Amino acid sequence: MTNEFWSMGGYARYVWPCYGIAGAVLAWNLWAAGRYLAAAKLRAARALAMASSEAR
Amino acid sequence: MTVGAWEAFLLVLHRELCLSFRRPEQLFQPLVFFLIVTTLFPLGLSLQLSALRDIAPGVLWVAALLSSLLSLDSLFKSDADDGTLEQLALSGQGLTLIVVAKTGAHWLVTGLALVIVSPIVAIALGIPTSAFAIMMLSLALGTLTLSWLGAIGAGLTIGLRRGNVLLSLIVLPLATPLLIFGAAATDRAISGTSTAGAMYFLAALCVFTCTLAPWAATAALRITLE
Amino acid sequence: MWTWFYKLASPPYVYGVAAALRLWLFGAAALAMGYGLIAGLAIAPPDYQQGEAFRMIYVHVPGAILSLTVYTVMAAASAVALIWRIKVGHAVAAASAPIGASFALLALVTGSLWGKPMWGTYWAWDPRLTSELILLFLYVGVMSLRSAFEDPLRGDRAAALLAVVGVVNVPIVHFSVVWWNSLHQGATIVRIGAPKMPGSMLWPLLSMWLGFMLFFGAVLCMRLQAEVLNRERQASWVREAIKS
Repeated sequence: MTNEFWSMGGYARYVWPCYGIAGAVLAWNLWAAGRYLAAAKLRAARALAMASSEAR
Repeated sequence: MTVGAWEAFLLVLHRELCLSFRRPEQLFQPLVFFLIVTTLFPLGLSLQLSALRDIAPGVLWVAALLSSLLSLDSLFKSDADDGTLEQLALSGQGLTLIVVAKTGAHWLVTGLALVIVSPIVAIALGIPTSAFAIMMLSLALGTLTLSWLGAIGAGLTIGLRRGNVLLSLIVLPLATPLLIFGAAATDRAISGTSTAGAMYFLAALCVFTCTLAPWAATAALRITLE
Repeated sequence: MWTWFYKLASPPYVYGVAAALRLWLFGAAALAMGYGLIAGLAIAPPDYQQGEAFRMIYVHVPGAILSLTVYTVMAAASAVALIWRIKVGHAVAAASAPIGASFALLALVTGSLWGKPMWGTYWAWDPRLTSELILLFLYVGVMSLRSAFEDPLRGDRAAALLAVVGVVNVPIVHFSVVWWNSLHQGATIVRIGAPKMPGSMLWPLLSMWLGFMLFFGAVLCMRLQAEVLNRERQASWVREAIKS
């Protein structure tokens, strides 16, 4: 990775934050979806547990 | 005694207008808000009419938009609160017909009122009288479109906590083309250039909305009332 | 063939498909984006006019295209849910909304960073930028409306109606550069006729576009699983499904 690459022809302070934000958005999507799914599974498990304990 | 569609429409329209005039304060509030908001801009920006003239179309339209939003809340809310809306929906007359009558009445007492008051505001903002005709026509078309966009939004947000804020959040993005073309038409009228393009666009937006919005508003009501 | 279509209306089937597809979609997305990034950042030659700054295209354009695509998916799923009363449609719409909103935000921010060196300003009230901003507001409106209702089904249906009403903005965003004098560049890829870009620059872009699409698919699968679970909690298939 040459210096020329990192400086992006002088536009480095626009190009790299750009990619940084893109990476952040993609990472957020992954993380938020994972959390959301885990929470949904937890809620479903609890609802099932309550339902089966009520059925007894 | 069965009532035909046209009679039903007129009945609902008549009822809406009677109810509105029974509480005149409620009619004046959006108009007073309109006047107050337009007063804020000169006080905050510049007291020179010549400088105000440049921003006048935008200020006028933003104030009209915000005042209309204020009054939209009353379109369905009081009827929904006391159950009249459900009775109207069950009445066997098409709900769309009733929605058209209600929204039409709403426009007559708010939008049309704004149009009539607009010359006063225009003078306060330095808009020349030569531009009044276009200004009022564009406001008439714009407020009608807005009443319909607001009917969709109001139908979706009846009875929600903080429904007012949500209503604005829904209606304002949809109303931005109105603002752009309405202000452009008034601006062109002030500078004396051709207003035809902007006015045609505004009219097209109005026709498009008035054609499709009744169905969307009815669907919104059905979703809320179910 | 139609039986496959009908199966898609079944929540347990959709849950299973989403769970199975997820990893493949992520893998494919990683490959496409990997190639796109390497080719776009290191191999493609600098632009004649914009120099190295044009490389921002490789995240800006896919984000922007996806923001429109995802809204269309959301509106289509909403329409299906409203017309045929298929609840899975609501699940798809609810799952897509936050993803699409994040892509719209990405498009606006990366576009802003690109605008500063190219146009001299971080923002302009230009038809393309303004309509994309309105798209973001519409996304937020749909998400807010859905969560404002206590009854989830009513919230789903209200949000679905709003999504369908707002879809009129999608062609406005796309055609804004054609219909009005815009600062923003005209259509280079999604147009009639050959794309206006040389191959060495175009292929990484197409690859990033594909990568973003696959990534959306993968995240959609995850969110869709969650949305389906939230709408089907007491059903018997859930017990087995959440053991995974």
